[in-house]
Amino acid sequence: MRFTTPTELADKSATLASTDRKIKKRVLVCSGTGCAALGAFEVFDALVEAADGAKLDLQIELAPCADHAEPLYATKTGCQGFCQVGPLVHIQPDDILYTKVTPKKAREIVEQTLQQGKVIDKLLYKNPETGERIAERSKIPFYQNQTTIALEGCGRVAAESLDAYLAAGGFAPLAKALTLTPEAIIGEVVESGLRGRGGGGFATGRKWRSCVAAEGDERFVICNGDEGDPGAFMDCCIMEGDPYRVLEGMIICALAVGAKRGFIYVRNEYPRAVSRLQAAIDACRAAGLLGDNILGSDLDFDIRISRGGGAFVCGESSALMRSIEGNVGEPRAKYVRSVAKGLYDKPTVLNNVETFACVPAIIRERGKWFRQLGTEGSAGTKAFCLVGKVVNTGLIEVPMGTPLRDVVFGVGGGIINDRPFKAVQTGGPSGGCLSEEHLDLPVDFDALTAAGSMMGSGGMIVMDDHTCMVDVARYFLKFLLEESCGKCVPCREGIFQLHAMLDAFAKGEGKTGDLAKLERLAEDVQVGALCGLGKSAPNPVLSTLRNFRDEYEAHIERKKCPAGVCQAITTFLIDAEKCTGCMLCIKACPTEAITGQKKKLHAINQELCTKCGACRLVCKDDAVVTT
Amino acid sequence: MAAGPAVDMKAIEGVLGNHPRGATDALVHLLQDIQEAVNYLPEEAIRAAADHLEVPLGKVYAVATFYKAFSLKPRGKTIVKVCLGTTCHIRGAPVVVEDFQHGLGIGPGETTSDMKYTLEVVNCVGACALAPVVIAGEKYLADVKPGTILKRLSKGK
Repeated sequence: MRFTTPTELADKSATLASTDRKIKKRVLVCSGTGCAALGAFEVFDALVEAADGAKLDLQIELAPCADHAEPLYATKTGCQGFCQVGPLVHIQPDDILYTKVTPKKAREIVEQTLQQGKVIDKLLYKNPETGERIAERSKIPFYQNQTTIALEGCGRVAAESLDAYLAAGGFAPLAKALTLTPEAIIGEVVESGLRGRGGGGFATGRKWRSCVAAEGDERFVICNGDEGDPGAFMDCCIMEGDPYRVLEGMIICALAVGAKRGFIYVRNEYPRAVSRLQAAIDACRAAGLLGDNILGSDLDFDIRISRGGGAFVCGESSALMRSIEGNVGEPRAKYVRSVAKGLYDKPTVLNNVETFACVPAIIRERGKWFRQLGTEGSAGTKAFCLVGKVVNTGLIEVPMGTPLRDVVFGVGGGIINDRPFKAVQTGGPSGGCLSEEHLDLPVDFDALTAAGSMMGSGGMIVMDDHTCMVDVARYFLKFLLEESCGKCVPCREGIFQLHAMLDAFAKGEGKTGDLAKLERLAEDVQVGALCGLGKSAPNPVLSTLRNFRDEYEAHIERKKCPAGVCQAITTFLIDAEKCTGCMLCIKACPTEAITGQKKKLHAINQELCTKCGACRLVCKDDAVVTT
Repeated sequence: MAAGPAVDMKAIEGVLGNHPRGATDALVHLLQDIQEAVNYLPEEAIRAAADHLEVPLGKVYAVATFYKAFSLKPRGKTIVKVCLGTTCHIRGAPVVVEDFQHGLGIGPGETTSDMKYTLEVVNCVGACALAPVVIAGEKYLADVKPGTILKRLSKGK
């Protein structure tokens, strides 16, 4: 139906909410990228089929029902966060979380849990430290200590359903915003202390205010969903899992700044985000939540999706705008602010997906509420992707100011195979690597910058002693080398030379004195480059140099890679004292370079060894060593 | 440009019809749609796009070569994307790329001579829990260990 007044919207939401409250059991199947890749859609179909076979009326839409009815309901949600143990099936109201669910388990879930109310023990998460199975999701360490605002709906509501969003109170903040003056809306956002979640950390409210102050006959609102930092997929999850929240945030922004047209720029690698957002936009248009006279008010606003072409630099605001205009995505110098002259040279507000996703809650609960979460300079919460060599890979949201240690060892459960922690990389290719001494840092914009890294968009990549820091720096430079648009010389040539030097180190061709040269060139690129990509490109080099200088020196002076990663200067050997002769490495070796018999010492034939590291990966006794 | 298979002009014209003439800002979109329809951007398509949107041919070429998602060469039946995001990198993705070089003789951006596979590398597909991850067509292959990818590709799992 098309809502012509806020009251109609409120009535419909109330009806849907009352239907929603009647649901006796709710089966939420995670369909985030990770779970989907592991077969979550097949799990969902199998559950529906099994319910059908058991003659259970399992609804997959929020349908009106009789007063005394107690419907069963199943739906696909966005990312539930705990990707490591997916596909996930969350059952409410009992808060049971089933992990690693396969389609074969569907019948059991329907018969035991839905029909008889029993918990299936072997599908529960097992705490690796104590070995105990944990039934309730909220008691799993991964989920404790999390506070969700941007991810409030992600993983909890049907990702594709406007009705489900309305039942959960969606678009009530928009209705409230329509009763406020634009200045009052901006005032709330300023008061909240919300800072841009895409990495810049610029005050959102101030950005909106300067856009209003800028002269122009037309204004635009752009949502930046070009999440290019490798190891970061928060925005992808929000766009796929709670698209209506992003749209609502943008509509409220349009109301505040007086924009009539909006764009969402979505990264090329996220086809599902595009289709879910498009479906959400279509549903909003049909419901009178986008288009002319939104909810019967004077507000006219519509949103179009623009798909990226696989260029990292397009995450930079001015390059992104050029790309929406149909051009090559080259950035321009920063002295022209895009709030004043942005898309088509008109005043433009550009915010990140997560930033917009925070806006509805800020309007609903007031700016003050948001401000009291987090730290003095960084209000609220932040979503992170906790990935790398960490036990619990996944999507998380914690209050700003949470110590790194609590994130990596608390929520993250520590390092895989109990190896020593070496570093955590934040801020993507523009960020840096923090070492053990930084583990007690509070995670917020200012503390991370002061430590020589940055918040960035929220990728948090954990590294262990088998990660080479020279290789990591080289990796990021290679990434940036390929992504540099080539417009300015310091970035194009500077990154090329930095990469060439690191490449030489990795091959054992570094010379004494190279580190001073490397540092000087890195500083020159920082000063001379035109846009953020180039200016921040040396960060991975400088931060690893600062915190792991000894590793660089080992590569240059001793021609050795202590982590055993740089193939040209690494030799794999088997430690005679530790090898138990289990033959695991023999099976894993793709080139048949390892020989040996059961319970006898194994040996690596160096002529056949390609140094791929497969043997070290499988060895349970730490017997594969590198020199 | 190398001689490729016959170009499906009908499909290209169909795509052009979905975008208004002279809509210069639709350029990236239009090229994406063409590539979706015919799997790459043949020279004929680039010329037709310039004509249809009334933009200089040089600009279309600039855009088509700037964005990584576009390929000016015909691509194989299955497009295999090896994720080179940070997590995949530190968990061994570079070895997976080497496996393609050793086993099929193709590097990133190259296609096997039987047109079966095209290898592409991408920066993070947002499935870090599955690292190192390879996407073959639509299928995600998780936790790809050294030396195993080609076998898994042919089995499809």
